[in-house]
Amino acid sequence: MKLVQKLLVVLLWALPSFTQVDANLLHQPLGESWPTYSGDYSGKRYSSLKQITPANVKNLTLSWMMRITPGAGGGAIVGGEGDGSVTLGGGNNIKGSILMVDGVLYVSTPDNAWAIDARDGRVLWHYFWRTRGGTHIGNRGMGMYGNWLYLETPDNYLVSLDARTGEERWHKQIAPFEEQYFSTPAPIVIDNHVIVGTGNDLDMPGILQSFDPDTGERQWIYYSTPQKEGDPGLETWASLDAARHGGGQMWVPGVYDPETRLYIVGTGNPSPAYTWVARGDGDNLYTCALVAINVDTGKMEWYYQTSPHDTHDFDSSQTPVLVDGEFNGRPRKMVMTAARNGYFFVVDRTTGEHLRTMKYSDTANWAKPELNAKGQPVGDPAKDFHVGGALVSANNTGFTNWWPPAYSPDTGLFYFQQNDSYAMYYLTELDPRGAMGLGGKEEQSLGSVGTYLTAIDYKNGRIAWRHRYPGLGGGNAMGLLTTASGLLFGGDIGGNIVAYNAADGKVLWHSRVGQVSNAPQTYMLDGHQYLLVASGDTLFAFTLY
Amino acid sequence: MRREFRAALLLASMLAAGAVIVIPPAGAQDAAKAAPKAAPAGGGGGGAYPQRPPAPAEIVSRGQALYDAECGFCHGEDARGGDMGSNIIRSQHVLNDNNGERLLPVLRGQGVEGTMMPRFNFTDQQAADLAAFLHSFRVNGYDGSRMRPDTIVVGNAQDGQAYFERRCATCHSATDDLRGIAGRITDARTLQQRWLNPGGGGRGLQVRPATVTVTFENGQRLEGRLIRIDDFLVTLGLDDGRQRTIRRNGDTPRVELNDPYQPHKDLWAVYTDKNIHDLTAYLVTLK
Repeated sequence: MKLVQKLLVVLLWALPSFTQVDANLLHQPLGESWPTYSGDYSGKRYSSLKQITPANVKNLTLSWMMRITPGAGGGAIVGGEGDGSVTLGGGNNIKGSILMVDGVLYVSTPDNAWAIDARDGRVLWHYFWRTRGGTHIGNRGMGMYGNWLYLETPDNYLVSLDARTGEERWHKQIAPFEEQYFSTPAPIVIDNHVIVGTGNDLDMPGILQSFDPDTGERQWIYYSTPQKEGDPGLETWASLDAARHGGGQMWVPGVYDPETRLYIVGTGNPSPAYTWVARGDGDNLYTCALVAINVDTGKMEWYYQTSPHDTHDFDSSQTPVLVDGEFNGRPRKMVMTAARNGYFFVVDRTTGEHLRTMKYSDTANWAKPELNAKGQPVGDPAKDFHVGGALVSANNTGFTNWWPPAYSPDTGLFYFQQNDSYAMYYLTELDPRGAMGLGGKEEQSLGSVGTYLTAIDYKNGRIAWRHRYPGLGGGNAMGLLTTASGLLFGGDIGGNIVAYNAADGKVLWHSRVGQVSNAPQTYMLDGHQYLLVASGDTLFAFTLY
Repeated sequence: MRREFRAALLLASMLAAGAVIVIPPAGAQDAAKAAPKAAPAGGGGGGAYPQRPPAPAEIVSRGQALYDAECGFCHGEDARGGDMGSNIIRSQHVLNDNNGERLLPVLRGQGVEGTMMPRFNFTDQQAADLAAFLHSFRVNGYDGSRMRPDTIVVGNAQDGQAYFERRCATCHSATDDLRGIAGRITDARTLQQRWLNPGGGGRGLQVRPATVTVTFENGQRLEGRLIRIDDFLVTLGLDDGRQRTIRRNGDTPRVELNDPYQPHKDLWAVYTDKNIHDLTAYLVTLK
């Protein structure tokens, strides 16, 4: 650890702790607090809290509920670069992670942030950002460093707030609004770095940045596609212009390995997404890949591409999970991910060495039957699209998407939610130059043949158990939490928050709160363990009395 | 890869896949020239990114005339790229330009470093006209299609009829339940989606509801229309109009769903795309 960092840790330790996050808290395994997007840096969403157990979970009772009110009214602290004339939605849908630090919950939605009393849901302050516009599809949560919060806005600003009062400290531009970026990720605080991702649907490069938590000055920027002659990977693109417009957005937070100082994140689809002629039929590096970025320098140290030359907008942006465990009889430091394309991957997280690929969907038909020599699925060009329609599984949403998976070291199982869907992909652009962005193809849905809560045993690459959500319509469920007492929590597709036995998927408890919109979380206060979950604009906190 | 070759690659892959090409096979340059006269192009997607206020028509028009003479050869008539020039409506120079600060230097001697673009030296007014023209295009990620295929019917009707006899005739008949289907559903794509997924409904299209049978521990059975189900409750619509909700506890009571369209769903894993295209080519003849 650098001297400055050591001094900082000592300083923070010496100060009386109010609502602040110190480096030690962030490096701890997930327990009483929830100081960062995934709870801790590993992405396992595995809480060490054991008060709620498979035996007593049926006694969970509602402690409080509260409804957020987005917008500029009601005493909100108002900031923003917009003039107030643009009103876009999304402010009333909680999709992201909620921080819990020292008795206060920090909640965010597009353009909005709140501090809420974790004991009863009362609002302490509310900050509202007047937007310039931008795709308002969601917000995945905030980051925290000491007493400072970090929020990304759809119109591409990184806003820092004082966690004690909600007052704005500063805001910095993440990406050019005119290039139609939209920023949804939760910033991840790692030592003196605030790691910031963004998103885009209009053929712009994927960028990941690190900002100084104190001043907001940018420390480094990483591009997921080649940007100049000589950059590695350029040979996998039709031209430099294509690579510079190649996508690979990092729009979901990643995970962090303190031993190697690597931030491991998934990159999104290459662009143009469908009519790929402009980008060429090469692998399009480093889109649809796990990339490992040194958090101090912003340089990529290794990569593993989970979907070379993707043609279905099947991002590989899903938050991966760091697991220390056995593989083929010896201990390995691994990273694993269930990708949107229907395949599950295990990779050595120190070197990027490929360990295992497993096809987790029985219906995925977009790739050839055999993986290539690197363990990657290879697309079948006949299943890109067709003027007459190509029948493809999955639909655009993919077999899974941004909703967080979980992993339990006790069961050795990787948990996530999948939907086996079908759609017809019609090619609608015959201009040989193709279309930009997500154009050139029209998709018409057919339906789902099953939506599941799936548990994969990474050691043998098999599904250990899979619980089909009842019904015929299919759908998507929004993320998971697992605990050291052997529980697995998640919303289903029927409007319930459900507790399962993590070992075998047996249903143990539920409450009908309405369609759950985020991954459930847990924290400890006053000797009581709480389960926190959102349904749209309403937060529910359950506990045992 | 040269743009022409790439274009040929896309055409070839589409041809190999049996797609119908309705434009004359040509290089990208010809296609660019054949593209609709450049105009503010519509794109999909909402108004999340405010459009620039349009410049006065005579300025845009002057800009277009100059563009056609000096730029279109490389960048395409619609500025979406040509044989030797890139798509400039997505160019960072164009998108980030507000009042000429990005574009005017490029057009007034600077060119674009690292590319083969000549160093034009337009006058201030010419450069401003060109900028106004380039800014007149609406651009967004849900890029609308400009050269749409005339039809989605690409299959062989005879092969389709043979496939129908083999796969569908056990349940369906062209002279009975499917008689005149193409006269009732006249849009080919709608017809194709409908037969692939009859349970999907649609305007004016009837859907037989899924049903559910509940068998209680005492052996009593209840049957009805499926209204909703999860791990905890199942709701049936009864013949007399009432809804009845029953609590579930694992497999108690026993609940069996019956989806009348399950055989169609099972076939999604079976059809080849050729089967689908052929079958549609046949069904559209059933008027």
